[in-house]
Amino acid sequence: MMGDVATRAAAPRAMGVPGERGRFGDHGGRYVPESLVEACREVEEAFREAWADPGFRGELATLLAVHAGRPTPLTPAWRLSAELGVTLLLKREDLAHTGSHKINNVLGQALLAARMGRTRLIAETGAGQHGVATATAAALLGLEATVFMGERDVERQALNVFRMRMLGAEVVPVRAGTRTLKDATSEAMRHWVGVAGSAHYCVGSVIGPSPYPYMVREFQRVIGDEARRQCAAALPSAVPDHVVACVGGGSNAAGTFAGFADTPARLWGVEAEGGAGAALGRPGVLHGFRSLFLQDDDGQIREAHSIAAGLDYPGVGPEHAHLRDLGRARYVTVDDGEVTAAAVRLARAEGIVPALESAHAVAWVIRAAGSGELPAGSTVLLTLSGRGDKDVATLMEVL
Amino acid sequence: MNALETRLRARRDAGRKLLMPYVTGGITPDWTEYARAFAAAGADAIEIGVPFSDPTLDGVTIQEASHAALTRGATPRGVLAGLAGLADLDVPLVVSTYCNLVFRDGPWAFCAALREAGASGLIVPDLPVDEADEAADAAAGAGVDLALLASPATPAPRLAEISRRSRGFVYAVSLMGTTGTRSALGPAATALAGRITGLSDRPVLLGFGISTPGQAVEAARRADGVVVGAAIMRRVLAGARPDEIGAFLTAMREALDDPGA
Ligand SMILES: Cc1ncc(COP(=O)(O)O)c(C=O)c1O
Repeated sequence: MMGDVATRAAAPRAMGVPGERGRFGDHGGRYVPESLVEACREVEEAFREAWADPGFRGELATLLAVHAGRPTPLTPAWRLSAELGVTLLLKREDLAHTGSHKINNVLGQALLAARMGRTRLIAETGAGQHGVATATAAALLGLEATVFMGERDVERQALNVFRMRMLGAEVVPVRAGTRTLKDATSEAMRHWVGVAGSAHYCVGSVIGPSPYPYMVREFQRVIGDEARRQCAAALPSAVPDHVVACVGGGSNAAGTFAGFADTPARLWGVEAEGGAGAALGRPGVLHGFRSLFLQDDDGQIREAHSIAAGLDYPGVGPEHAHLRDLGRARYVTVDDGEVTAAAVRLARAEGIVPALESAHAVAWVIRAAGSGELPAGSTVLLTLSGRGDKDVATLMEVL
Repeated sequence: MNALETRLRARRDAGRKLLMPYVTGGITPDWTEYARAFAAAGADAIEIGVPFSDPTLDGVTIQEASHAALTRGATPRGVLAGLAGLADLDVPLVVSTYCNLVFRDGPWAFCAALREAGASGLIVPDLPVDEADEAADAAAGAGVDLALLASPATPAPRLAEISRRSRGFVYAVSLMGTTGTRSALGPAATALAGRITGLSDRPVLLGFGISTPGQAVEAARRADGVVVGAAIMRRVLAGARPDEIGAFLTAMREALDDPGA
């Protein structure tokens, strides 16, 4: 009997507080060099204390409103809905300041860093959106910023590199390995080891050692919480049948899912075919956490490939791995061709040019509505994580 | 007590300063010759890195060495097969690699393979003591010593736990940074070694950045010995042959044996 009670008490509520040592089921944890353990512990303590402090939450809510432009609207995709035979609602993170959801997390972490007495933010970036958001928050709060970016992404995302520098951030091109997000993350961690006392590592997704996956999800849950209220007003059923978001590390998806985890809504994470940690990965440890990673039989991490730089990551956040294990969320993939076609279709049907990352979610909805996986008449909430301005150069090459 | 720790303690207690050179397994077709040169130069243990695609605690030199070895086709199995060929050396072999390779087939299978190959120690830089339970059990089950790392930022109670749970030796990381050669040893390095020797009588090896005989001597004033990695691999990457590395280590050995000379 005692055992029963204990088991039930320990059973994690989907998307609640993680277990001991930042565990989401088998995933998560804190696999960092000893030199970083103390730094992670300090972030965890500071976050728990701040998140329980109405003063901190109020300050963050104010910044999100007056600086980032929240709440973001919920836009019915009228024409695309009619074409697909479903009711499609878009959560417009593309309208958040700096052009994506990344600002939600960064404002939270920058406020926390300032509260901890840190004077500099370190960040990794793929598409440059997290880097731009970090540079923005640093400028806003009077902090310095150093952003690590794979050399290949520096080339692919030249506009964002310029924006970061204009905002006063230092951008460090990373020449190691595949010269993309994975290597930028490794380099940011190496740098952090040496400066943990004065700099805060502002991780850009629900990845990294505990407490980052939990903390970033909490900072992003504003997407899901707002969408839940907006859906309640917009839909007769109050809750959509399906909730869809693209997944790189998984922060916009985690923030969105958090608002619907306790509803009957089916949760869908859409990954890039060449970067599908959740759909195709195997258990492993990288960048401080245990989760699902693309790797070979020996355990060497494989290169991710995606037309969307922000999805070019071989793993997925530990909570997504757990949601997959639980069957609470499902993870699917789309290919680059479907993605560019979906971006064009959304642009022409709705007058919205999505980020290529976000276009993954759109592409899957188009496919699933066609195949019947999304039955006719379904209600679908899709988080449009960012706008496509940064991707114009890429699109000019392929269209 | 397992073979590695027994050996290191005996040598330390006999008044000898310990020297553990490092080579990236698979860096050249004849990489085991470097290990033989280490032994001939008076190494007390030899660290062999199993290269990983994403070495997040390594600076540019060992990143480059890992990348080069993987490009040559190095695999964990291949490196362990190379180790098995070094059984005649009578120097303890310590494998270092990252969590993902240890966990791929599970720590029990990995540690069994280490034992099979004749390795007596294991270092996993991204496995802190809080996450080490299973790997520690697996290592103990295979008679392999899992050496834990301590850093200058490690607070006192935690340092005591690391010293207690480490096996073979305690790996004291000399600085807050990645592997790589440094022009000088920081004050944090010897202070950390002193803090650990005050807590436990397990051998303490100081590593990260030790590049010259002078630095080795300075480090060994408070520590029981040193680990030399990037200083070797920088030379290997520049084309140094095993006998040249042997000469470099002989100079370090002599300095450790006779610091006054
Ligand atoms: C617009 C946009 N969406 C999605 C992502 C992927 O990140 P996450 O999976 O953490 O939401 C990025 C990352 O750069 C992005 O810029």
